[in-house]
Amino acid sequence: MKKIEVLQNILEANESIAVRNQQLLDKHKVFAVNIMSAPGAGKTSLILQTIARLKNRLNIAVIEGDVASTLDAEKVKNEAMEVVQINTRNMPESCTLIAAMIEQALKDLPLEDMDLLLIENVGNLICPAEFALGEHKRIVISSLPEGDDKPTKYPLMFTNADAVIINKIDFLPYVDFDIPVFRRTVKGLNPKTRIFELSCKTSVGIEDWCNWLLQEVEAYLLQVKSA
Amino acid sequence: MHEFGITESIIKIALDKANEAQASKISQINLVVGELSGFVPDCIQFYFNFLSKDTTAEKATLHFELIPAQLRCRDCSAIFQPENSEWNCPECHGQSVEIIGGRDLYIESMEVE
Ligand SMILES: Nc1nc2c(ncn2[C@@H]2O[C@H](COP(=O)(O)OP(=O)(O)O)[C@@H](O)[C@H]2O)c(=O)[nH]1
Ligand SMILES: [Mg+2]
Ligand SMILES: [Zn+2]
Repeated sequence: MKKIEVLQNILEANESIAVRNQQLLDKHKVFAVNIMSAPGAGKTSLILQTIARLKNRLNIAVIEGDVASTLDAEKVKNEAMEVVQINTRNMPESCTLIAAMIEQALKDLPLEDMDLLLIENVGNLICPAEFALGEHKRIVISSLPEGDDKPTKYPLMFTNADAVIINKIDFLPYVDFDIPVFRRTVKGLNPKTRIFELSCKTSVGIEDWCNWLLQEVEAYLLQVKSA
Repeated sequence: MHEFGITESIIKIALDKANEAQASKISQINLVVGELSGFVPDCIQFYFNFLSKDTTAEKATLHFELIPAQLRCRDCSAIFQPENSEWNCPECHGQSVEIIGGRDLYIESMEVE
């Protein structure tokens, strides 16, 4: 019997593919955003709203991760310049996108012509927190009907987010969702994160979110151009 | 769940290392899993049992060292372990906390023959 020391991070394989993905994106000056939430919080709706507002300024493509259907991809197809659908059902990770899936999808995208890549992750608040994809920003959506305790229940997801969106703000009169409590919990976990309140239904707050995103993309483009 | 892919990675790393060490059998794999890593040891064990079939890792014991969550208060710097999902600082009741431990997920060592 012999003991051998290993000390190897099990997620390392994913991390190194994610780094490669980001290098490829940077080479083509494409800003990538990983959008995560529980099922139904509004990822597809936010993507549609964002494209509608920004498509005159940016060339936007979408990667749709979904356990089985192509429904979301169908909805987005008319709006985005290009959509690639990843069905995770037959893959080892059915609860999250992983970097290897993105690596594959990037081969089917016209990177040269793109400015912004929106990635809709699988609806899940646990697993996607662990898997980097190569994105530049991580966005988490919480919606009013889900309740205000999600950051307490799934802290890791919020700890890693660059921006947190409170969606379905039009539900405010009908649900017990304490926005100040939610904000305090999120800021406690992650003081630097931006928080946006909006409704993909009434479009309230969408402009602020899009302005922020546009600023981030422009700052990124300046940075990669000078590099 | 994602434990499937994680278990594949564990086996791949273990087989590579065993190969390097010219071992013919892996008898134990010592894993370190943080409470906040989101990975469930029982699930890893379940997938391991069938993914390791016909490899030198077959029937190896998986030993899990569980690392509890550890937090630091950004207001008073107190370090504490949260009780259930209560993440407030026990010293000053501050709500601004930083995760400093419990996200681990790695293979610490293995026993081979
Ligand atoms: N009332 C209301 N409904 C919304 C809002 N955003 C999305 N929805 C609805 O919520 C459902 C799920 O939205 P979807 O974008 O598909 O969520 P996803 O599963 O995260 O992609 C759909 O029926 C949307 O029309 C919103 O701001 N207000
Ligand atoms: Mg969707
Ligand atoms: Zn404190």
